[in-house]
Amino acid sequence: MTHAPERVRREDPRRTPSPSSGRAGTPGHRSSAGRRTLLRLLLVTFFGLAIAALTPGVASAVGEQVRGTLTTGATGPIAGVTITVETADGQEVGEGETDERGRFSVPVPGPGEYVVTLDTDSLPENVTVGSAGDTRTVTVEPNGREPVNFGLSDGQRGSGSDRILAVQLFVDGLRFGLLIAISAVGLSLIFGTTGLTNFAHGELVTIGAIVAFYLNVDADIPLLAAAVIAVVIGGLVGALNELALWRPLRRRGTGLVAALVVSIGLSLAVRYVIQTVYGGRSNPYLDYQSQRARDYGTFALTDRDLASIVISLVVLLAVALMLQRSRIGKAMRAVADNRDLAASSGIDVNRVILVVWVMGGALAALGGVLLGLSDQVQWDMGFRLLLLMFAGVTLGGLGTAYGALVGSVIVGVFVQMSTLVIRDDMKYVGGLLLLILILVVRPQGILGSRARIG
Amino acid sequence: MGELLDAFQLGVRAMFAYQAVFFALLAIGLNLHFGYTGLLNFGQIAFAMVGGYGIAISVAQWDLPFWVGVVVGLGAAVILALLLGLPTLRLRADYLAIVTIASAEALRLLFRSVGSSEITGSTSGLFDYNSSFFSLCPWSVSGRFDILGTRWRGSELWVITIGWSIVLLACLLVWALMRSPWGRVLRAVREDEDAARALGKNVYAFKMQSLVLGGVFGALGGMIYAVGTGSQNPDQYQNANTFLAYGALILGGAARVLGPVIGAMLLWFIIAFSDSALAALVSGDNSFFGLFEWGDLLSTTDIAYIRFIIIGLGLMLLMIFRPQGILGDRREVMLDAR
Repeated sequence: MTHAPERVRREDPRRTPSPSSGRAGTPGHRSSAGRRTLLRLLLVTFFGLAIAALTPGVASAVGEQVRGTLTTGATGPIAGVTITVETADGQEVGEGETDERGRFSVPVPGPGEYVVTLDTDSLPENVTVGSAGDTRTVTVEPNGREPVNFGLSDGQRGSGSDRILAVQLFVDGLRFGLLIAISAVGLSLIFGTTGLTNFAHGELVTIGAIVAFYLNVDADIPLLAAAVIAVVIGGLVGALNELALWRPLRRRGTGLVAALVVSIGLSLAVRYVIQTVYGGRSNPYLDYQSQRARDYGTFALTDRDLASIVISLVVLLAVALMLQRSRIGKAMRAVADNRDLAASSGIDVNRVILVVWVMGGALAALGGVLLGLSDQVQWDMGFRLLLLMFAGVTLGGLGTAYGALVGSVIVGVFVQMSTLVIRDDMKYVGGLLLLILILVVRPQGILGSRARIG
Repeated sequence: MGELLDAFQLGVRAMFAYQAVFFALLAIGLNLHFGYTGLLNFGQIAFAMVGGYGIAISVAQWDLPFWVGVVVGLGAAVILALLLGLPTLRLRADYLAIVTIASAEALRLLFRSVGSSEITGSTSGLFDYNSSFFSLCPWSVSGRFDILGTRWRGSELWVITIGWSIVLLACLLVWALMRSPWGRVLRAVREDEDAARALGKNVYAFKMQSLVLGGVFGALGGMIYAVGTGSQNPDQYQNANTFLAYGALILGGAARVLGPVIGAMLLWFIIAFSDSALAALVSGDNSFFGLFEWGDLLSTTDIAYIRFIIIGLGLMLLMIFRPQGILGDRREVMLDAR
């Protein structure tokens, strides 16, 4: 940290010698850029409010109902079970039967409190309702679609298999780690190419999960198609981030610390817009919820978790190939390595950064869909994942794409396997402690270079 | 109109309530970190949490006297600062940012875990730890007082009397420190770390001292909050609060002694005013120029989240267009990563 060249870079990272910063420095230019930025920010705000205004409108077309899914690990989805809904004073308002996917939904006349009863006689043999009994009292909100969970038990829990807990946790951890990696590649590349520590990256994950949720649950689009649309929208949101906010800020010469605080403000605002629109509860997708775990000898895995692993691996492989072989991938690595050198050798740096943002947004959205599939959709899921993404990216080496991959997988496996010794609700704590430990031992990470850490 | 006046009055009251003291102290600590030294501490709420829980655990769980609880809280804040600073202060600024935000979240998860319920009370929380604090109060704790048209309980008045006194002392301390050679070294570290090092200053030690002192201010804030609410729950210390404190600091003006205090008061005015104005807007038949009814757009529970949206957007806009806030000097806040 005493080298002269490094000092120059720290004062005004990567921008100092580039001709564009000189142009931005003239006062007239700066003020007009400022007005443009303000206009764009207003547009973004308005766009956000428009979404907030529209979404409840979509939901209100459906009307109030109670719904749920009946399934157990041994039987799979249970069809033909009768569900009765009564008002709080015992008046029957509706009856429904589960379909072949175990789902039921009973429309109710309006918001209020309802008693939902399951007919235990229509359940298959060996299947019993949980200790809470066969009735549930729920409160339906205006335009609400209230989920009801009966907690069915098939009497098979933990019996007769030669699974090994450590192997099971390792496989779960691998799935989780690959998911973190998918979301974190963009975070790492954005840091590498622009120097920005993007605290709003978690919200890209949440947006992906929630877009897929609305498409799947409210618009009844199959989850696969919904996921594809969500990934496209994630990419667009990434592009919007770059075009409406970060590129103008770079042009103004905003410092990295200021940009970091801006990203925190953005994260906060977007997160709570999402909570206002989506609400505080966690909801599952409609599809693939009723799968039973398949036995693979020493571990068991549902098909959707297997698919999650395969999708993550294929996508990460494609990203690696792209970085290694394609022109734009090479340009990305060049910009991440030395921005000024890349610019002077004819690479359009701004275009490369835009592609990085689109790719980062799309990958984060995919990560969000996969996370929503395994852990349900929640308003702050991305923010909680963000801390593990930081852990993974730091472990692998901030700013390197492959480092993010390796580090994230290690963090995922570590977090899951740590439940062997610590409580389940403390497993994220273990991951975050790992992060602090890495910084003590090897701050540049596994694949990072010494020069980056300052 | 009457509703707006009521909202205004509630806003003015909130400027002086213990929440404002809480955020003023958090922001004074952040001012030392971010404003004067250029450290990015995004886990200030963790210092408040160890401060508040220091009292709550000592008194409610271990039956120790109140003042021992205060010492425990301050000691825990010092230890936390040392733990956070040791690995990160030699690295670039964003590493400290990542580690502090991660530890604040990790600590909250640890405190709310079922496994720690014997010490922290987990999510059911801790109560009954501030009676000896209120027994010192010279006036009736349960009495009601009218001051300039706002109503206060005796206990509230006692908390804010002590609270604002601490804020005043903290401001005097920061003012004195920043006039001293020590304060000038901190600013030198912020402006150019290498120059400070070349002049023979131990930059690492100065950064660490700043981190510890700012953390202690945060812990004092947490203690005021703890005696103010009378109950402790890990979820009171969501890390969005750190960003509210940053909002207060940047609004008031970083690297100014009174910046965080004025910022915290204004922030609470904005929060209380917008909360009650929105509540009035949502509950009545008010429409947005006849386009839609506010009541259809927002439910009463949504209003609590609006403050975070406003603060988030406000933080962005302030940082982009007026990073020096109300009182600050633009030249002093043009920081860059280090």
